[in-house]
Amino acid sequence: MSTNKITTQKVNFKVFRFNADEDYLPYYENYDMEVTSEEVVLDILNRIKWDHDGSFSYRRSCRHGICGACAIQVNGRQTLACKENMSNMIELFGNELTIEPQSTKRAVKDMIIDKGDFWQKHDAIKPYLISDIDENPEHEHLVTPEEAEELNEADLCIQCGACHYACPVVEVNEDFFGPAAFAKAYRFEADVRDNAHTTRLLELHEEKQGLWDCVKCFECAEACPKDVNPIEKITKLHQMLFREGVATSNVATRHAVAFKHSIARYGVLDEGGMVLYSERAAIVKHIPLALNMFVKGKIVPPWGITKSENLDEIQKLIKSSSTAKF
Amino acid sequence: MGKLRYALFTGCTAKQSTPEQMMSTLAVAEKLGIELVELTEASCCGASHLQDYDDFLSLVLNARNIAYAEKHELTMVTICNTCQLNTAMTKHRLDNNATLKARVNEKLGEVGLEYKGTSQITHFLYAIIDDIGLDKVKEMVTTPLSQFNIAPFYGCHNIRPSELQNETHKTPENPYNPRSLDDLIIACGGVSVDYEEKNKCCGFHVELQAPKTSAILAGKAVAGAMDANADWMVTPCPLCHLKLDTQTGHLSEAVGREVALPVLHMQQMLGLALGCSAEELGFKHHVEKVNFV
Repeated sequence: MSTNKITTQKVNFKVFRFNADEDYLPYYENYDMEVTSEEVVLDILNRIKWDHDGSFSYRRSCRHGICGACAIQVNGRQTLACKENMSNMIELFGNELTIEPQSTKRAVKDMIIDKGDFWQKHDAIKPYLISDIDENPEHEHLVTPEEAEELNEADLCIQCGACHYACPVVEVNEDFFGPAAFAKAYRFEADVRDNAHTTRLLELHEEKQGLWDCVKCFECAEACPKDVNPIEKITKLHQMLFREGVATSNVATRHAVAFKHSIARYGVLDEGGMVLYSERAAIVKHIPLALNMFVKGKIVPPWGITKSENLDEIQKLIKSSSTAKF
Repeated sequence: MGKLRYALFTGCTAKQSTPEQMMSTLAVAEKLGIELVELTEASCCGASHLQDYDDFLSLVLNARNIAYAEKHELTMVTICNTCQLNTAMTKHRLDNNATLKARVNEKLGEVGLEYKGTSQITHFLYAIIDDIGLDKVKEMVTTPLSQFNIAPFYGCHNIRPSELQNETHKTPENPYNPRSLDDLIIACGGVSVDYEEKNKCCGFHVELQAPKTSAILAGKAVAGAMDANADWMVTPCPLCHLKLDTQTGHLSEAVGREVALPVLHMQQMLGLALGCSAEELGFKHHVEKVNFV
């Protein structure tokens, strides 16, 4: 039995309210409540509905961090309401908490959002095993523990959307598939039973969906309540494209490879050369910026770059350690 | 307390596109009585892009950099958030995976080096907060920045993933409500400005492949700081600095309004408060003019 004493604190909740059928604009309702250290965020949503306003709407189902229905935002942090302890929230943000839906611009009623974009993108990556299976197989398709390990827990995703709506690129580019869809794609790409391998990988590599547009902010890794670490999976998809030798040349793939070339030559980056290698003829669009930077002493010509000392070590290591193909 | 000594991993930009960052790092270190031993053998950290291409190679190269810090028996200090991320990530992975560490050391052995895991890796911002302390910094301030509203811009790779980042310094940081840079602003006598974008992404890493996304994110950050009445912004990351400082025209176009603020490196802000001159801090290298010094 826990020896921790249950404590109570007064918390002010500022709660997002909106009914798309009736309201022109959303508004925030204030609720002051005594909160015990034992409660989770979902308990607060229940208490708002049961004790204060029966019309308050939110999604909930399992209460065990499995169904992913109750994800919302607390002070801008994507939060699975049934999993997050109130005492953690108070410790993080203090006694004034703002409760909002995952994406305020997609709100339908209070905490309930239209999650259509999430599901469309999730479906678009073919989130299932694609495999020719004998109708009457004589053997099981055995997966070794080592092979199962390759999924890197990508299969733990509960589709709550926390990473998707935490992603700043999803916010500004509606074509971007987002961290959840890419992590799901990895889950099947890494599965030895899947036969769609290169086909799915190359479809993902299409520029529009933006596999290469991830800004590397780690918001998704931070937001995920199941520690799926979507950005790690996006990185692994990038590596897979190179490892399998199917990455085609675009500005992003050339940019990644340019690092190797520059490091091999100088140890450090040749910043201008990197842009030229990545952009090719399109470098002309960077000329005005480059001139601005040049007059401020921000551009070092290739002959002015200070090479790393013991560069021969770096060159030797690149030769002996590099495995990617491009 | 003896003199603080660190192995300095400058990263690439400090030697090229942000010379003012290198100048101000050295100027501030001198004021604070810190000795920095520059790791002149270090290579680029891969900036999260080499990591997309060849994971193992990036581990080997970063482990080599750390091995040089270990040779000096010093904590490695980084002055770029992305260097910090990739170096600390390498350390974390090697220290927690003996097989991987052995594979990397097999390669390093070819050039007579070994990664042991004995050096800590921390960003200069946290080294100052942990090892000198903000109270001490406050005592050393000669020119309090009291007339300025200063907008902190944290940069993703110092605060996320928080589990990794919090391994690298003693003062805990919450990525949803970070304090370090705000506290440094306050220690320098300034007023720290709160705005939504302070812990968000500047978009630097997709500047080439998704210029529009990149410009919107950076534009929103500057707009957020302006709307919160900031006189200028400050960041511990030279990549954020490049994004926010050098192309305000693009940013303005992307967000549909004029956005521009002077953006200082964390070291420059501290340098101002400690009495360094504008020349020492390299303000002439800024694209967006630093018009208040």
